[in-house]
Amino acid sequence: MTKEGTAISTHAPRGVGHLRGDQPFPAAAKVALADPQLRRNLQHATTTIRGKSGRVIAELPDWQELRSAGSALKAYTMANLPGLLEQLEEKVTAAGGVVHWAADAFEANRIVTDLVRQTGERRVIKVKSMATQEIGLNEALEADGITPVETDLAELIVQLGHDKPSHILVPAIHRNRSEIREIFLREMPGADPALTDEPSELAGAARRYLRETFLSTKVAVSGANFGIAETGTLAVVESEGNGRMCLTLPDTLITVMGIEKVVPAWQDLEVFLQLLPRASTGERMNPYTSMWTGVTPGDGPQNFHLVLLDNGRTAVLADEVGRQALHCIRCSACLNVCPVYERTGGHAYGSVYPGPIGAVLSPQLTGVEDNASLPYASSLCGACFDACPVKIDIPSILVHLRNEAPHPRSERAAMAAAAYTMDHPKLYERAQRAARLAKLLGKRGRGLPPPLNGWASSRDLPEPPAESFRDWWRGR
Amino acid sequence: MSSKNLILRRIREALGDDPAQPDIPRDYRRGPAPADLDLLVERLVDYKAIVHRVSDISDAIRRIVGNGKVVLPPGVPVEWLPAEWLPAERSPAEGSPARFVRDDGLTPAEIAAADAVITAAAVAVAETGTIVLDAGEDQGRRILSLLPDLHICVLRPGQVVASVPEAVARLTPGRPLTWISGPSATSDIELNRVEGVHGPRNLHIVLVEEAAARS
Repeated sequence: MTKEGTAISTHAPRGVGHLRGDQPFPAAAKVALADPQLRRNLQHATTTIRGKSGRVIAELPDWQELRSAGSALKAYTMANLPGLLEQLEEKVTAAGGVVHWAADAFEANRIVTDLVRQTGERRVIKVKSMATQEIGLNEALEADGITPVETDLAELIVQLGHDKPSHILVPAIHRNRSEIREIFLREMPGADPALTDEPSELAGAARRYLRETFLSTKVAVSGANFGIAETGTLAVVESEGNGRMCLTLPDTLITVMGIEKVVPAWQDLEVFLQLLPRASTGERMNPYTSMWTGVTPGDGPQNFHLVLLDNGRTAVLADEVGRQALHCIRCSACLNVCPVYERTGGHAYGSVYPGPIGAVLSPQLTGVEDNASLPYASSLCGACFDACPVKIDIPSILVHLRNEAPHPRSERAAMAAAAYTMDHPKLYERAQRAARLAKLLGKRGRGLPPPLNGWASSRDLPEPPAESFRDWWRGR
Repeated sequence: MSSKNLILRRIREALGDDPAQPDIPRDYRRGPAPADLDLLVERLVDYKAIVHRVSDISDAIRRIVGNGKVVLPPGVPVEWLPAEWLPAERSPAEGSPARFVRDDGLTPAEIAAADAVITAAAVAVAETGTIVLDAGEDQGRRILSLLPDLHICVLRPGQVVASVPEAVARLTPGRPLTWISGPSATSDIELNRVEGVHGPRNLHIVLVEEAAARS
């Protein structure tokens, strides 16, 4: 990050929202790694999506050209962000909507809470949205006596289970059918005790449970997948129809959108509507996409508010290397190919943005010192880069952020010594012979004094060979 | 300073290095390409829509709806409806209840009480198995195709395009748009695809054969 950038940028504030975990990644990961059920659920889920996605991407002869267009469109958007946001505001306003700007999570929550209060309603229905999770909107509404009802099936499972989402796209990916049945029986008013764990029956139970709520709630809150500057059109991509219910039935719709979600022109949807579903759910197209422009008399909500959210995004933008994390279209393809995510699950990342994209986005939104372990939550294998439909170079950002993260003096000294040794062949040779040190390190850090034992405890070192290559070569 | 000015100032200062303005490479497929009706049908069926390729729309609708009660957007032509549904054909002696109701500002409860809705579409995408509704007179308000459990969509071959870029080019952005690919579905439970959570659980596409479409 440039020094100037640090001076003018404001990170997402502490004390609100869900970008910081209770404990660092290595500690949280340990819990997940000890849960075989969780690992089975995750492995099944990520393998399934990888297969589906690969098959439908292979159907398109121009997938790489679409990726290049998507990547360039995002870079263009970031370079022209002020003008595009003002154009979006102008077009939404001209179409009968009201645009609000929120510098951080506190301000966004206050704006939404005030808007709900003005309607006199005490309950809102919600479309699954990363932005509102990021700012902790549900907690803010509840603190004001307003009940938020999540209507996406997975979010409902998470909400009823008093749990946290663990995946961007399938938030209840860590739960299997019998766990979901138990949650429904325990928490869903009116759930039939004869309910089985068949997915179709569980979905039917959610349908019955939410139907009356959809028909009787007058305010909805959503996020947005895209906001088109040229036309003022907002788009929400979904599968179940809960999104359509929330976007169509209530009198008032409040949409919270990160400032990076703006898209320059209507035509650009032709790129993103091909990239997103295939990379995300492995579908040629998701079952439902809703697009609306301001207010349409006689059709849908007659009051529309758009809240444009910063909450640390301008801090990300100030980092020349890291800013491409803002290109993310939240497809979650990087999660599904990540060997680290597959074993630890989403909760270990401590943020609503898990997996590889979370490992670069969360520390930049909060300031790297607040999520210092996340840039290390990766093997740098590069699978996330290959999978990303807009070609975000996540491994390079991870390495860049590792340099930004604060390092203990002892670690810096050890690394500097190692670098010096490896740069000097004679020294290196001697060190290799003295591999007893490596053996000590190999005992999971128990052989080292603090704080180095902490460093070594999360790394597995190979047994040193009986004979080094150099010794063997010399002895031939 | 207002939050708007604050955010815009932060962005401008963050972009102080004046990032390059990339050209957008548009060398992906953009059409026009011939619309492949067989591919459309295959992709619709793959996503659990039921497709009827017919020359007689009203006969298809009769078979699909059975005894259900139907809600209709204002502009759906009466020629699509089975003759016996029309008021003139109804025998007052039998007192048979109306088979359909036109939307002239029905309440959500009234729409939800219907078994089925019949709409047209604005455009369909063969490659993805998608139909798009743009709230035209023969498609109606968005709510109509949302609440009844059965959605029947009548599609003419001329409305089918090959790819997403061609569909985007045909649509008018200011209108409320609903893109539909198969009936409502969820994959939230162990990633098993289950049809029908909140939207219509049954989607029937009545694809009008060319000869009938021309007449």
